[in-house]
Formats: sequence, C-alpha cells, structure tokens
Amino acid sequence: MLVLVLDTATPAITAAVASVTDTVEVLAERVTVDARAHGELLAPSIDAVLHEAGATPPDLAAVVAGLGPGPFTGLRVGLVTAAALADTLDIPAYGVGTLDALGWAATGRVAATGRVLVATDARRREIYWAVYEDGKRLAGPAVDRPAELTLDVEAAVGDGALRYADVLGVPVRDMPRYPPAAGLAALAAPRVREKAPSEQLVPLYLRRPDAVEPGAPKAVTR
Amino acid sequence: MVEPLVLGIETSCDETGIGIVRGYTLLADAVASSVDEHARFGGVVPEVASRAHLEAMVPTMHRALSDAGVALSDVDAIAVTAGPGLAGALLVGVAAAKGYALAADKPVYGVNHLAAHVAVDTLEHGPLPEPAVALLVSGGHSSLLLVDDLSRDVVPLGSTIDDAAGEAFDKVARLLGLPFPGGPPIDRAAREGDPDAIAFPRGLTAAKDLAAHRFDFSFSGLKTAVARWVEARQRAGEPVPVGDVAAAFQEAVCDVLTAKALDACRARGVDTLVIGGGVAANSRLRALATERAGRYGITVRVPRPKLCTDNGAMVAALGARLVAAGVAPSRLDLPADSAMPLTTVNV
Repeated sequence: MLVLVLDTATPAITAAVASVTDTVEVLAERVTVDARAHGELLAPSIDAVLHEAGATPPDLAAVVAGLGPGPFTGLRVGLVTAAALADTLDIPAYGVGTLDALGWAATGRVAATGRVLVATDARRREIYWAVYEDGKRLAGPAVDRPAELTLDVEAAVGDGALRYADVLGVPVRDMPRYPPAAGLAALAAPRVREKAPSEQLVPLYLRRPDAVEPGAPKAVTR
Repeated sequence: MVEPLVLGIETSCDETGIGIVRGYTLLADAVASSVDEHARFGGVVPEVASRAHLEAMVPTMHRALSDAGVALSDVDAIAVTAGPGLAGALLVGVAAAKGYALAADKPVYGVNHLAAHVAVDTLEHGPLPEPAVALLVSGGHSSLLLVDDLSRDVVPLGSTIDDAAGEAFDKVARLLGLPFPGGPPIDRAAREGDPDAIAFPRGLTAAKDLAAHRFDFSFSGLKTAVARWVEARQRAGEPVPVGDVAAAFQEAVCDVLTAKALDACRARGVDTLVIGGGVAANSRLRALATERAGRYGITVRVPRPKLCTDNGAMVAALGARLVAAGVAPSRLDLPADSAMPLTTVNV
C-alpha cells in the first residue's frame, strides 16, 4: 500500500511516498530546509515525490502527517494539506508525533542506545522536547528553555539539540536532525495495515495563543 | 469557458468561507466564523483565527459541496484568497486549496481578497459595467479602486492612511460599552439617536488635505474626537447619550466614505459605484450612498449583507471571472502574501 508522508513541524519541509507491506520502504522523499517557505514548498514537493514514485494521488491508501509540536504556522500547512488530500481521496489520515519520528530514528532501530533527548526548535529560546529509550517515549512532549531541563540522558538529537548544544550539557549527535519520513511511516504502519479509521489531525501546539484581554479603554484626555 | 464552476476558499481573517459559483450564479456559501472566540479580546487574535481555520476547513468544505450538490471532481477550478490578510490565517486556506487541487487534479487560482469583494457583487447584480469605482470598507481595509477589468486591471485610487473604517466602528463601540464587532450594535444604537446631535470631524476633507489626499481616508482623528467627547461627559458626571454618539459617529464615517467615492466616480467619468466589505452591511452607508448617487445619475451596487462580509463565494466569483477570461492558473508554489498590493488581482 502506498502512503503519502508529510511533516512541516520543523524547518524541514518533508514529503515522501512510502510503501507499507510487511515492511516499510520509502520510495521517494524530498526534504527542503527553509523555515519560512512551508506554504510555498510543500505542494510542489508532494507533486515531485508522487512523480518520482510513479504514482498519482488515487494510488494512495493513506496520508501520514507529523502532528508536531512545531512552530504553528508551518505545522498547520502540513496538517491542512494532509486533511484536504485524505478528505478528497476518501482515504484515512493518520497522525504521528514529530518528536516520536525522531525518537524512532534515534533509539528505535538499534539496541541499547540509552536514553536520548529529542529536541526541535520552538523559537523564543525554547525547545520542544521528549525523551526516548528503545523507541519508547519516557517523557514529553513539552516545551521549555533548554537550560532549565535537568534530564538523565546519554545524548541528545534533533535540530533543537544542535542549536542549544552548549547549554544542554549532554553529547549532541548530528543525526537524526529532522523527522525522517521512514520514522513517520513506520510509526503509522500498524494503522495502515489494519486500515484503522481516519483520524482528525490535531496539532500538538503545547502553547496557548498569545492574547490578553484588554482593560478599560485608555483616556485620550488628561 | 462561459460559465465555469469554481470553488472559492477564504481564510484571510476570522471567517473560514467556502463558496461555489457557476458563472454569475451562487450555488453555495458556507461560512464558519471564529468571531465569538475573539470578542473578549476586543479584536481578532491572529493565532486564534488560524487555529479555527484548521478545525473548520474540512467540515466547511463538506457543507459547501453538499449545499451546491456538486462533487469536487465536477469543479473547473479552485480559487483561494492569497492576500492581503493575516499571514498565518491566509496560509491555512492556501495550503488547503493546494491539497484539494492536488488530490482532485484541478487548477488553483490565488486571488486578491479586495478584488474578490468587488467580484461578489456579480452574483447578485450580474456582470459589472466596467470601468466601475469600488469602495471597499471593512475591519482591515478602506480603499477606493478603479476597476477597468475585474479579471486583469484594478487601479488603487486611495485608501485609509491610518485606521480602517471597521476598526473605527470597533473602537467606538468599545468606548460606548457595545460588543465586538462594533458595526452591527452601532448601526442599531444609531437608529435611536440624532446624527446631527454632535459635530464630529470629517477626516481629510479640508481643502489643504484634499490636495494630497483627495481619495484617501483617515478615521483615527474621528475615533479620538469621539473618545474626548465621551470622556468630557463622563468627567462632568453626565450620562453618555449612546444613540446620539453612535448616530453622529456613523454619520461622519458614511459622509466621508460616500462623498469621496462619488467624487472618484465623477472625476473618472464612471457611472457605477460598487460597495463591498463588512462595513457595506451598514444601513446608513447603503442609504446615504444611494441617495447621493441618485443626484449624479450614478448607480450604486451593494450586495446583500451576507455577501459583504468575508466569505468563500466572493473568492469563487472572482475565480469564475479569471477562468472565463482565460487567465492562467497559479503555480503550486503560490505563496500567501499578507500585504498583497491592490494592483495584483491574481498570482
């Protein structure tokens, strides 16, 4: 079964076509790192990976999308695109935590990697983070200042960990840096195989909107 | 294509709108509004609006398709507001449009929100005589445009140099203890008041201002004048006559809007004035424009209030004009442009 995989929760705009059978194989993948162009680049990337995989939208059996956490505007681009595609093609949409895909790549495939902190950039000098061991999430997802985290981990991965390597106080590995399509597809694969019901793609915002209720109008005369 | 079937998506502010038109005929106008979520903040909160757009997109699409009795596979094109508007909010609509277009293999047209406010009138009154002058007044915009060809050529004549007209309604409503958005409650309160009770200023109408700003607007001074007047009453321990303040304020706004719009028509030798945007739902603006235009033999076209406020039908209406005129669709990397210039009809 062919699935379309999308993630726009980090500066990486990721689109891929994966084949899900007993195994999961990524047939085509585009990763473009540009924190300010999710809206422009995602749709052409989808078009490109479908073409490269020799597929058309009606060939797809499901859409898998990274639910974040991540900067809101870019994150919504991926989720609304995935929802629109799945809705029109009448195929299920499945959500996967973006940090979980990184955690899968960092700890899920090799034994005894120890506990790993996965962190992506949350802007405002904060990171979105979670801790994984053997592919399982032990803590998070949450959003905090990197210097304020006290975690018992062997290493850290992800774009946010690289950005704040100096304050995290743990060894930071270069890879994986962005959520890999293989991880997103692998984590959704059981649902794809079971033809599980479609899910509403609800973003992991982890922050409330910035908005304050106004006080009384300020006087214009003194 | 004479009567293209076009679906339009609008998410530039707090309304998630999906409309479907066939040529000049409205088939569906589904709107989900997040206005109630913004009311306690006294204005639209961009992040709250963007979150609501994401939640509302698929249900609103289902409602529009069902109301029109068509499938997405039937449409000739998908049009979407690409700007101007709130960046994060626009992007939800633009991304959704691309997702739907990719899935259904349809061309997508990224269009200008303001040109769409003009185009929507064609759904009610048929083809627009061109050239026409358009007055667009809402919470985010106050502009005068010369429309030579709706599908290709829109020329800005003037716009507000500070607050939008709708913003002034919101701020004055707040001063008077009326709810957000301020347009409807001020319109209602004004019916009980005397528009001549208080002489509020008419921005940019003095001879010295007309030289440089003949077709521009200013509502910031008016808003301050209302605040000063209300505060003086409060300091004196006198009750504030809400009806009179609302009526006199509304009269000042409508006086300037209609005077400048009709001046633009006469200066350009144009005999049709189209009014659009949320403030076009104001009863006094509609009445005064029609009354004054009659003196000059100018025809005023104002769509019904539901079509004046933001909706997807207006976007579909403009999309239908573009398809009918053979304009090329947008590329898949079409951006959302929060500051899209008035001269850009489509991208």
